[in-house]
Amino acid sequence: MPQANALSLWQVLSGDLSQRFLSSDNATVALSDLDGGSCLGGRVEELRGRSVLIVASDQLAAALALIELDGIARRIVLWPADLGKEHLPFVIASAKADVVVSDGSANIAECAGLPHVPCSLTMAPATNQELAQNGVWRETVPDSSRGARRTFCASKATPQASTEWILLTSGTTGRPKMVVHTLSSLAGAIPADLKLRDARVWSTFYDIRRYGGLQIFLRAMFTGGSLVLSSAHESTAEFLERAGAHGVSHISGTPSHWRKALMSQGADRIAPRYVRLSGEIADQSILDNLRSCYPNAQVSHAFASTEAGLAFDVGDGLAGFPASVIGQPGSAVEMKVVNGTLRIRSSRVAADYLGDRAGTLKDADGFVDTGDMLELRDERYYFVGRRDGVINVGGQKVHPEEIEGVINRHPHVRMSLVRSRKNALMGALVVADVVLEKDLNAEDEQLKGFKNEIFDMCRGALPRHKVPAAIQFVNQLAVAASGKMVRQHA
Amino acid sequence: MSIRSEVITQLNQVAQEQDKRLAPLVDDLALLDSGLDSMCLAILVARLEDSLGIDPFSSADDTGFPVTLGDFVRFYEHAAS
Repeated sequence: MPQANALSLWQVLSGDLSQRFLSSDNATVALSDLDGGSCLGGRVEELRGRSVLIVASDQLAAALALIELDGIARRIVLWPADLGKEHLPFVIASAKADVVVSDGSANIAECAGLPHVPCSLTMAPATNQELAQNGVWRETVPDSSRGARRTFCASKATPQASTEWILLTSGTTGRPKMVVHTLSSLAGAIPADLKLRDARVWSTFYDIRRYGGLQIFLRAMFTGGSLVLSSAHESTAEFLERAGAHGVSHISGTPSHWRKALMSQGADRIAPRYVRLSGEIADQSILDNLRSCYPNAQVSHAFASTEAGLAFDVGDGLAGFPASVIGQPGSAVEMKVVNGTLRIRSSRVAADYLGDRAGTLKDADGFVDTGDMLELRDERYYFVGRRDGVINVGGQKVHPEEIEGVINRHPHVRMSLVRSRKNALMGALVVADVVLEKDLNAEDEQLKGFKNEIFDMCRGALPRHKVPAAIQFVNQLAVAASGKMVRQHA
Repeated sequence: MSIRSEVITQLNQVAQEQDKRLAPLVDDLALLDSGLDSMCLAILVARLEDSLGIDPFSSADDTGFPVTLGDFVRFYEHAAS
């Protein structure tokens, strides 16, 4: 696919930019403003060939900096806003970062005294002076397609190399893992036929500095669309309201994001044509609920990980995926199941981890072990959980996700979390925290009835060691900034 | 509610849920002969922790685990006192 081989993200932005925008809760920037404009105060040439750490509280600032720096910087490190600042020295050292681009959310002391280049939501002109100094001034050319003169910023016009994009994922040991991608590996999953079919307004609950969100950012950039960014400062309902006001047509998030959305007052503020789930197991209940909430939308779930890249989309509305997807040699994404976990090899797989003692990202044959465990039933594979999330009940293995899938089938259950509870007799038991749908206002008697119904469903569908020893109703469940439910690690 | 009656209530509840037939509940009934297996007992301990707020098994010192139903009730009464 030709786009993936483009030298830089800026070069991908072809055609009429005047109708396209990037929007956060702070500002909306027309992509055409990037013509001859700079969020970096025209200082982008200072960043050529450098290893740049982007630290921004507003995703929009990070998005604009990415567009300017891809193809210019040697390496870009995408710092997710929620990551603890105590990891900054480790990340800076591992990435050999030598300059920080920031919207003011990181101070110099936190960044090991590295030089700062401010990043602003207000475009500054890439001045003649700056261009002249660097000796790469390019003529301002008439651009008939948009009835305006298109002034190339010198830097954007002259990309040099393939920039490394470093994505951070939360490791289980506390330190973030630093995953090396390029625009080509990240964009390799974008179908060529998505391009410019019609105007799309994309949005995502994810932060675009995480793989799931970055996929949506790149889809918007590659396919002639616009993008509405989420904000940590907004409630789910406020975000949906804003996305709806911008006419969002394509929107993605984790099943936990979507459960929260369906529980919020804002679910009816959007009328998407495409709803996408990734990052956690999409069970039948969330797929069915989304289909009934958005009858005009295609509801699709995808499997991807930061390390393995995007493997496949499932569009048939059913949980799991057809067994035929696996074991096709020569396809763009090769998959196999070894010891119960999914292994993936494709051009979308990350290059490596950065940093000392980071571990190996792929095996000698180039396959990434995702750690996601599969079960084959009736010619369809189902994700049963994470290998490292297994709970041991008296020597028998339990995947919490399998039990949650059963509980979530109850018509009044919105989401659930199954966790391990220490037990002196069995080592551990499983217990469930359950969130009921909003506005239920159930009486105590009714709640007792629901609890018994959930117990019955579990007993009917699961062996006894997997039936929760206790079920409690809670108002909400913690969802991490990554969009995934917060789980204890067994 | 006394600890004894809570233990008996939960014990019957677990037995019913797990489809177990209980022996007559007298104090010198050995727990392992009660009709409840170790999974049932584990669930019972978890339920009692929820209702009574104590789990004497997790903090058991060297006095040892209870053998009979009477021991079991006293085990909880002791922990609660």
